[in-house]
Amino acid sequence: MKKHIYLLAAFFGLGVGMSQAQVQKGSVLIKNATVLTVTKGNLESSDVLVENGVITQIGKNLTAPAGITAIDATGKYVMPGIIDAHSHVGLDVVNEASAPITAEIRMKDVVNPQDLGIYRALAGGVTISHAMHGSANVVGGQNATLKHRWGSEDPAAIIMQDAPRTIKFALGENPTRVHGRGNGIQPRSRMGVEAVIRNGFNEAIQYKKGWEKYNLAKAQKGNILTPPAYSERLQTLVDILDGKIIIHCHSYRADEIYMLINVIKDFNIKKVVFQHTNEGFKVAPEIAEYTMGASVFADWWAYKMEVYYSTAYNAAILQKNGAITSINSDSAELIRHLYHEAGKTQRYGGLTDEEALAMITINPAKQLGIEDKVGSIEVGKQADLVIFEGHPLSSYAVPQMTFVDGVKYFDRKADKEDQRQFVAATEMVEPIFLRANEEAHRCMQDVDKYFEAFQGAFMNGKQ
Amino acid sequence: MKRILKSFCAALLALLPVVAVAQIDGEFVKPRNGKFLLKNATVVTVTKGTLKNTSVLLENGKISQVGTTLSSEGAEVIDCTGMFIYPGIIDGGTRLGLVEVSSVPETVDYSDVGNVTPNMQALTTVNPNSEAIGVTRVSGVTTVLTVPTGGLFPGTAALINLNGYTPDQMYGGFKAVAMTFPSSGRRGRFDRRSDEDIKKDGEKAMKEANDIWENAKSYLELKKSGAELTYYPEMDQLSKVIAGELSLLIEVNSASDILNAIKWVEGKNIKVIFTGVAEGWRVAEQIAKAKIPVVTGPIQDLPTRGSDRYDTPYANAGMLAKAGVKVALRTDEEENVRNLPFHAAFAAAYGLGKEEALKAVTINPAEIFGVADQYGSVEAGKRANLIVSTGDPFETRSQIHHVFIDGYRIPMSNRHIRLYQEFLERSPGLKTN
Repeated sequence: MKKHIYLLAAFFGLGVGMSQAQVQKGSVLIKNATVLTVTKGNLESSDVLVENGVITQIGKNLTAPAGITAIDATGKYVMPGIIDAHSHVGLDVVNEASAPITAEIRMKDVVNPQDLGIYRALAGGVTISHAMHGSANVVGGQNATLKHRWGSEDPAAIIMQDAPRTIKFALGENPTRVHGRGNGIQPRSRMGVEAVIRNGFNEAIQYKKGWEKYNLAKAQKGNILTPPAYSERLQTLVDILDGKIIIHCHSYRADEIYMLINVIKDFNIKKVVFQHTNEGFKVAPEIAEYTMGASVFADWWAYKMEVYYSTAYNAAILQKNGAITSINSDSAELIRHLYHEAGKTQRYGGLTDEEALAMITINPAKQLGIEDKVGSIEVGKQADLVIFEGHPLSSYAVPQMTFVDGVKYFDRKADKEDQRQFVAATEMVEPIFLRANEEAHRCMQDVDKYFEAFQGAFMNGKQ
Repeated sequence: MKRILKSFCAALLALLPVVAVAQIDGEFVKPRNGKFLLKNATVVTVTKGTLKNTSVLLENGKISQVGTTLSSEGAEVIDCTGMFIYPGIIDGGTRLGLVEVSSVPETVDYSDVGNVTPNMQALTTVNPNSEAIGVTRVSGVTTVLTVPTGGLFPGTAALINLNGYTPDQMYGGFKAVAMTFPSSGRRGRFDRRSDEDIKKDGEKAMKEANDIWENAKSYLELKKSGAELTYYPEMDQLSKVIAGELSLLIEVNSASDILNAIKWVEGKNIKVIFTGVAEGWRVAEQIAKAKIPVVTGPIQDLPTRGSDRYDTPYANAGMLAKAGVKVALRTDEEENVRNLPFHAAFAAAYGLGKEEALKAVTINPAEIFGVADQYGSVEAGKRANLIVSTGDPFETRSQIHHVFIDGYRIPMSNRHIRLYQEFLERSPGLKTN
């Protein structure tokens, strides 16, 4: 019998392993720091106690229970682990651009826990990243929320299993370029983008009705109805309509943002976050009223036509209009200093320290549906923490240590010369990445073949 | 009824002037020249220390006096109590003004056809009205080197001030011929050439560079001997480098390329500046020994190799300076040149130190470009390029309150700021009618 169980386990192999990955949890006492809780103000000369991956106490003069290491953080700052709501770090592939709708695609199938970008992000205090599908199609794949548990070889161990499902949508230049101009199919214009989304949702409604009809008939005696053909693609759209998946929509111009707001109103969808959203400031009241807000760049603009009429004050305008606003990277380079990017909201719009820090902690947590677990320093939350030398919003700030679930994954003092986990056997000569910034933006990765006619525009790299 | 009509007419009349100017509503603030007394600030001169409760007098486009008891006669007084005066910040390598929207080829002018085009002049194509210029200068960056890129000798870079309506008004008095040093390494993930091919390509490019150089030398010798030469603008421009009239700005990044470039330069007796120098830290001693000044950056960048420490791009400038290299910084950017002060802060935090980082974006580039008599510090006699800020301009929380370029008071506005003014409290708001 026992043998059979082993066999069965072997049979299900990967599936079982994927869902029950062992996640390491740690305990630590951080002493005498300025604690920037983000949601409950700043606490001077205070301690944070972490037990078994969870924050259990915050206060003064806490003593370390037996067996728990104490870290003296006198003169340093502790803030919640930084959350990047738009990233492609830790992914082997970014785009499945074969159709305008590829909702069935899942980024968790292409997670690479050995991507050095994860360690580099940790060194910038980032503990969670939203590993997104690219922007080549209108409805892209489902994203993965990653916890930066560096050192694991198991993709499942770095996927935040208790995070809700999210999916990538994309409007504007990228999807119209790939399918309309690249392949001669809808959408070629922003009108077509709307049509693709509305057609998709309506087809999903029909699909859902078909199954409901079948399930009803199945229960009846003498049923002769056959089940509809199963479609993972349409089922995913149904799940969006049923509120089970948060849409994260790549968007730039105000008109396309407003379009999607009208669409979600018509289909009674509540869970939408706009990504990039460079012209979000123009429709900030609408974003605030009808959506879960916007996740934006601190100051990127002018790299393509649809971001030419941008303003670095975007985040401040959105925030002051009541929209949930986060600052993201979409870049293996920017992810390394999101604390600094958040600081730019003080130059451009004079936001308070608390508002600026919220944009890289609790606000992105809200947009990923994980604000009850992470995004602030509160008792009961997962112990994702960063210790900084200097205030994190200072341009001179240097992250010192980064913890995920109470486990220290980055320590500036213990940083090794070479942090790679894995070197390909085929790599005879180590490649040199010059102007690596241009390779850091991966929103349109893997779609080169669609761009023979548009090389110049695409090869620029920025999205 | 009559009374109502009367008051209606009166109301109409009252409205008239408003209607008449409605087409050009609102005032446009232009850059303004004049005599300005910036009173009672903390002056960070860069070269002469930090002076408290000090005033700076600007007239005729120059800093005429720095002192504690300056007369305000005839000057517009700007109270700077509690504020800081810094010299205008200089970016040692950009494409500012040469491109408007990088994904739209029609607006990209920093690169032309051909591998040897040193006669392509960045100054020709600088668009004084580029949106990015207005966006950049309010950050305190007043002067940039704008550089053509592309082939082996892609063109001639020019130092420009970020104010003026023609390129000549913007010109800052320094030009350099740009060179992209032949690379012997693999250029990242998309470079799928075999090791063999990379080696061959490198050798071929080096040979080409040497051949061209020899040609330019012959051209110069013929020119000097008074020979009648056919029109050959490429050689003419290169010969100016050999003659020492123009500097050679060599873009070189990987360690082995840097060493090759040092060797290549040796004995040529020309004015050389290395730029990029991403892996400079690996060969800092050699660069220092060769006494070649460096314009490095971007600082906020990824390490060049997977095996490198995560902070090498931040630390590079500091390690170069420590080895004795004269270091200036660059963003290598177009629309994001405004971030130069923040790049400098990262370099400072990771080893360069605040004081040296400030020099690396003020007096050092001025010296490297041979214009330190005019730029890079707050001293009497220099060009009136300076900024007034609430604090350290490298900190995002500081606000830049005034910018002066060539003595012009720059309006603290640009499209980003105007969009903020228009949309912060949009009217109508959420209502649909």
